[in-house]
Amino acid sequence: MTDQVIDVTDLRRVYGGGFEAVRGISFEVGRGELFALLGTNGAGKTSTVELLEGLAAPAAGRVRVLGHDPYTERAAVRPRIGVMLQEGGFPAELTVTETVRMWAGCTSGARPVAEALDVVGLTKRAGVRVKQLSGGEKRRLDLAMALIGRPEVLFLDEPTTGLDAEGRRETWELVQELRDGGTTVLLTTHYLEEAEELADRLAILHEGRIAAEGSVADVVAAQPSHVSFELPEGYFVGDLPPLAGIGVTGHETVGRLVRLRTNELQRTATELLVWARDARITLGSLDVRAASLEEAFLRIAREAGTADDASGRPGRKEMAA
Amino acid sequence: MSTLTTTPAGRMTSLARAEMTLLARSKGTLFAALFVPMVLPFSVASAVDEADLKEAGLSVGTMLLPSAVGFSLIFAVYGSLIGVFVARREELVLKRLRTGELRDHEILLGASLPAVAIGLAQTLVISVGCVAFLDAGTPGALHYAVLGVLLGIVMFGALAAVTASFSRTSETAQVMSMPLIFLSMLGSGLVIPFEVMPDGLASVCERLPLSPVIQLVRGGWTGGLSTGEAFDAAVTAVVWTLLSVSAVRRWFRWEPRH
Repeated sequence: MTDQVIDVTDLRRVYGGGFEAVRGISFEVGRGELFALLGTNGAGKTSTVELLEGLAAPAAGRVRVLGHDPYTERAAVRPRIGVMLQEGGFPAELTVTETVRMWAGCTSGARPVAEALDVVGLTKRAGVRVKQLSGGEKRRLDLAMALIGRPEVLFLDEPTTGLDAEGRRETWELVQELRDGGTTVLLTTHYLEEAEELADRLAILHEGRIAAEGSVADVVAAQPSHVSFELPEGYFVGDLPPLAGIGVTGHETVGRLVRLRTNELQRTATELLVWARDARITLGSLDVRAASLEEAFLRIAREAGTADDASGRPGRKEMAA
Repeated sequence: MSTLTTTPAGRMTSLARAEMTLLARSKGTLFAALFVPMVLPFSVASAVDEADLKEAGLSVGTMLLPSAVGFSLIFAVYGSLIGVFVARREELVLKRLRTGELRDHEILLGASLPAVAIGLAQTLVISVGCVAFLDAGTPGALHYAVLGVLLGIVMFGALAAVTASFSRTSETAQVMSMPLIFLSMLGSGLVIPFEVMPDGLASVCERLPLSPVIQLVRGGWTGGLSTGEAFDAAVTAVVWTLLSVSAVRRWFRWEPRH
């Protein structure tokens, strides 16, 4: 009995034109865990997930899903996984029921069609042709098909893209129920709040590499918090208490605006406010902000972008999502 | 709870059923698959000269029957399957099917079943029709004819997948299918029997993909095919089929080009 349901080691994927979409990533997902791959468009999320699903062979590295190679040992893996692709892949002229029935006939231990539709709330649309479904309904049809075989491992590639707020909330609840029921879930998303809401652990992918990995708390903890404010006329940064002494790890100024970075937010904020009171000055536009996943995400994108500019390589944001 | 484990036959049946539904809803494809192969042979019939045929040991019936089978393979099997493979690939259906338990060859076979069924049904209707109304007579060596039809269906199914591999859209698929369609119609004995072709040309044309099928079906009916000739034709058909299958394995595209 292996507890690592997904095990990825130094994985690489190179497309026909020579573009390296996945550049040596490693991670593990344990049984019953919900792991999110977070990244901008073109970060390599789908390229990675397709390798885990066994749709393509990696250029280098190793993938194991439930202890098997998903590409060469397809027959051993497929009956135990469920896949939701980023884009539908349904014949436009079939009805919802016909589509699910076809898939059920190809899936071991499939739920009855009516039950599968009920799980995702598509019962009322059962007789409608796929071409007449909204984008959100198509995503739910895709989810119904991924779930029909009661998979042990579920791959969800951007499951809520195109859904409205309510649909997104419903999908989240469904995914949480599945996870609570013991299903291992790997999902990709470019919505930070989705990763924050659902993921036990996550990896931030950027340009084919893992830029940060861990629980949401771990990833956030590695980020500094910020205090920003405007100094009144006649005051300068040098007038503040010694920055290192109040826990500040770095600062930047733009005109009278000062932005402090700190890993000890409470101490820095307290010392700063006490100083301001004693000096009888008012700090304008005061903003005290704890680290967040968003900050982590943006910093990673920004830093990697700067590194790229420095080495003179062009950005490739929109390629091979 | 339904069946615990799927079988290849069960999976392909499920896929074929969905494809059958889609075929029934696609009027253009259905028309091309049902109507064209049934009507074209009769336009050929008016063009054939009975005197020439007699010299070659053929009647209108034994000339028309293999031609009709050939048209059925070209339009009902080859033509409609290219459309199916390209459309399913471009709709990302093939990609989705590959995420499930279906193996690659099951996907192609399952999706082909409705077209194959139509091809077989047409062959049966054509044969009965030619015997009943055109004095094709009873077949002298039915097993050759059956062998020819079966090889033809497998070969043209595989050739459809090859053509689909090199066609980006349904429109380009129609263009890409033209060479084989014209070559088959003109060179494989559908309109002009090999017997009336110059010898040099005939020996080249006999090696075209559809030619051995026509020879086997015609010879199966007239009984005028020696074992050696039948074997030769069967080998040609098998070689084309194996080439097509290996081309599919090598070049078939499961996803649209980006």
